[in-house]
Amino acid sequence: MFRLDNLVLAQKDFRLTADWSIRPGAKVAVIGPSGAGKSSLLAAIAGFYQPVSGRVWLDQRDLTALPPGERPLSVLFQDQNLFPHLTLAQNLGLGIRPDLRLSAEDHRRIDAALERVQLQGLGKRKPAEISGGQASRAALARVLLRARPLLLLDEPFAALGPALKSGMLDLLAEVAAESHATVLMVTHDPGDALQFADETVLVADGVAHPPAATAALFSSPPEALAAYLGR
Amino acid sequence: MRPFLAACFLTLPSLALPGLAVAETPVLTVMTYDSFTSEWGPGPAIEKAFEEHCGCDLRFITGGDGAALLARLQLEGASSEADIVLGLDTNLTAQAQASGLFAPHGADPATALPIPYQDPLFLPYDWGWFAFVYDKTRTAMPPEDFRALGDSDLKIVIQDPRSSTPGLGLLMWVKAAYGDQAPDIWAGLSDNILTVTPGWSEAYGLFLEGEADMVLSYSTSPAYHRLAEQDDSKDWVEFAEGHYLQIEVAGLLASSKQPELAREFLTFTQSPAFQSVIPETNWMYPAASQTLPEGFETHRPAKSLLLGADEALEARATALTEWQAALGR
Amino acid sequence: MASRPRSLGAGAISAGLLALILGPIAAVAFHAGGLSLGAADLAALRFTLLQASLSALISAALAVPVAKALARRRFPGRGLLITLMGAPFLLPVIVAVMGLITVFGQAGWINSLGQSLGLPRISIYGLHGVLIAHVFLNLPLAVRMILQGWLSIPAERFRLGQSLGFTPRDIARHIERPMLAQLLPGVLASIFAICLTSFAVALTLGGGPAATTLELAIYQAIRFEFDLAHAAGLALLQTGLGAVAALLAWQLAGMRAGPGAGLDRPSALMPPTGWRRIADGFWLIFAAAFLLLPLTAMALKGLPGLTALPASVWPAALRSVTVALISAFLTVTLGMILVGAVARGGARWIEFSAVLPLAASGMVLGIGLFLLVRPWIGPAQLALPVTLLVNVLMALPFVYRLLITPARNLEADYGRLAASLGLVGFARIRLLTWPRMAAPIGFSAGLSAALSMGDLGVIALFAAPDQVTLPLLVQHLLGAYRIQAAAGAALVLVALSFALFWLLDAGGRYVQAR
Repeated sequence: MFRLDNLVLAQKDFRLTADWSIRPGAKVAVIGPSGAGKSSLLAAIAGFYQPVSGRVWLDQRDLTALPPGERPLSVLFQDQNLFPHLTLAQNLGLGIRPDLRLSAEDHRRIDAALERVQLQGLGKRKPAEISGGQASRAALARVLLRARPLLLLDEPFAALGPALKSGMLDLLAEVAAESHATVLMVTHDPGDALQFADETVLVADGVAHPPAATAALFSSPPEALAAYLGR
Repeated sequence: MRPFLAACFLTLPSLALPGLAVAETPVLTVMTYDSFTSEWGPGPAIEKAFEEHCGCDLRFITGGDGAALLARLQLEGASSEADIVLGLDTNLTAQAQASGLFAPHGADPATALPIPYQDPLFLPYDWGWFAFVYDKTRTAMPPEDFRALGDSDLKIVIQDPRSSTPGLGLLMWVKAAYGDQAPDIWAGLSDNILTVTPGWSEAYGLFLEGEADMVLSYSTSPAYHRLAEQDDSKDWVEFAEGHYLQIEVAGLLASSKQPELAREFLTFTQSPAFQSVIPETNWMYPAASQTLPEGFETHRPAKSLLLGADEALEARATALTEWQAALGR
Repeated sequence: MASRPRSLGAGAISAGLLALILGPIAAVAFHAGGLSLGAADLAALRFTLLQASLSALISAALAVPVAKALARRRFPGRGLLITLMGAPFLLPVIVAVMGLITVFGQAGWINSLGQSLGLPRISIYGLHGVLIAHVFLNLPLAVRMILQGWLSIPAERFRLGQSLGFTPRDIARHIERPMLAQLLPGVLASIFAICLTSFAVALTLGGGPAATTLELAIYQAIRFEFDLAHAAGLALLQTGLGAVAALLAWQLAGMRAGPGAGLDRPSALMPPTGWRRIADGFWLIFAAAFLLLPLTAMALKGLPGLTALPASVWPAALRSVTVALISAFLTVTLGMILVGAVARGGARWIEFSAVLPLAASGMVLGIGLFLLVRPWIGPAQLALPVTLLVNVLMALPFVYRLLITPARNLEADYGRLAASLGLVGFARIRLLTWPRMAAPIGFSAGLSAALSMGDLGVIALFAAPDQVTLPLLVQHLLGAYRIQAAAGAALVLVALSFALFWLLDAGGRYVQAR
């Protein structure tokens, strides 16, 4: 189980608190007005941002003091998910061994992961030689290889077209299911939340509210969410 | 790559551990200026000659020029590893004596100086006259005193007295020749001075490049071109005021742990084995009677100038202020 | 967090650097029993500030159009031109001065040409001569630093500009000027600090005691007045000026974000046509002529001397190359640790400590170190370590400047991704830092190697006669009337420095482009 225990983030005039938990394997959207602290919350969970107080727990394990690379989670950023000087295969390989000392078996796993996201045969390409959608799929393939129990996404598909994005969310759901991962995805698009997430965390007015069932939340939104949705 | 690496490792020890001397032989350490010990200076021949009969290891340590040696010596004080300092000149001896670091050398005075010179602490080993050197093919009638030089259109290069021994020598030359009128002479010279260099070699290089008509150097400089390059185009011009002397001296440090061996070296500086090396390596006159190489000198100044050590020390600060004021523009 | 141990290492290095700059001054002051300054130092201070500020301003002002032309024009031999134009910065000062005099001197090429055309003689001696020399020596540095800034703007940025219908003017305003605003203060501060310590150039070309700099005043204090307190006072003043310049550069440059990540697509800088094409051509020809003529002069002077070279040139050359390579390795290693820490948001005084050595007085540094180490070990035994130390110290500020922008960009663009993947330690260096920074690393290594090759520095104070390096050998030849052989040895020195620089620079670029 993933739990934020009285987490407090603060920087200058920004402050955000969170105190809730998510059940294992849940797919949760994080939504809220821009500047409310969605990305900061994700960064704190990922370990890029030290909270003022509180703890981050995953399955009885305290993550708060761990460096980002040692946390049992994967992150997908808005962009720059691949190193441009490495091939796709190498970028995927980083998900198995960050030092890229890969065995023949590892290479087979990379090929399989590429195939899983319909990038078979593109392992030797560099990121500049593929499309944006392909880059997103490659990043997802690496998530698959890493197989971490928690997956964080920070508006990862914002740059893709609606059809492409929709396909990507489906693929994400499959990947999450295959690796039994709990997913936390920041998005600004209610459609994403409704399509993908069983539950949604609303971040507004300095509070990351406990997850609520997505459909119910959007059908009778609290005041802050209503303002954000423009209703 | 590998042979190169191997070469590096072979050179490194020689960089880090100079002269792993055999422990048994006594080591005599002589502190001297850079150019004395260079491949083309007197150092190598003198080291060989002295080691042949002393049963010792003669080791040189170097540091810049005469003034730098004295500065370093004053830093080190009585803990200097040197036994002997070789390369001060008479403009520095008063300061050196005042440091109290030197002991009497006990040797007989040098015999071949143009003026009488005796100092219980400092023993001359060579000397020369400061002079302006010119190119006979470019300048037919060089001016024959400072005033005529000041009135001429000729360009000269001199050295800065603050960073160069010849530069300081020129300061003393004008002071010895003109006393209180030195500022007038400098004022007259100011439009002739193309530039002032930090050291002798930059000035001499500029002159050889044809940048200036004359350069402050030594009356023995043309001998290098005549003897080593078979080039007779350079000469020095005799000034009516007389020529200031540079007498280079060696001294025994009171802190030396082997004064006997050090005195032996000082006596050796007056011997033919040492003196015969001087003219064609240091391009100075030997301090002891010695047949000069054929063509070493063509003429000598009629008059020598030299301020006593104390006079020189006393005059120095004023002379520098006058010089800076006249040339500061 | 994960970066804490590294920051600690960088902090220790910075503290060491500050100690190395201020320690020797303190040692000299302690030995002398105090610090002092006199009224006459005001003139030296005024002249030093004047020449250093003007040198920095002119170098930077000329470097911008030259770097811009180099960034947006493609022509045969461009790469070679960029490399060759870097050479003056690597020249030993005395060699550079002689090359300039062959071109601009009384009997130089320009005056010979002018006389045959009936023009009046121009003189290089005076403040303008000092400035010509300082610009000659530092323009290459400025051009390279600014050119790197241009090339670090991702192609996407220019493409965005083009898509918005940007004219060259709009590109300058929205894309190039922010880059320059971030870069120029550092360029100015670096050149200002280098020129602060000028002594041989300022005096030789300055024409007389009016061109007295602080460093010359330090010489006077040590050699003429035997007044170490005065020397320490002057050294502190000089270092202080460098510190002020560094702080000012900070304030001006701020901690702006880098230009942002791109996808390594080849630069799409569209070369404008029309008068801009002519202007670019003018700047390129001007810079090439100004920087390459004296180099050519020096090469022509040195060629006949090659036959007169003494055999001792080669062991001296090997010694110099060895020291240069070790210096380069140490400098880049320390530089990478420092920029790594700063890029990750380390303390700003780390940056400060990396820039300060520029303004350190070589003379006082040498004497101070001498005083500090002498009670324990004979100076001759320490010739190698001290030479290395000083070489590293002197090259580090440049290396830091060259590495900091790529390091910041690297951290901003890929720091989180690498951290989230657990890409740390040696794997991070091998898979991220090295492939993405090999070009600036190679350039930095080449630069520090070449600087170390040409440095006469403190070796003169510490060396024993059997430890002659190439610059010292040139000095010896000059001191023994052997001007021609000296020119030959200087040519060997420059050729070797340049070869080292080129090998490391080109090697780095090759790795990064692979």
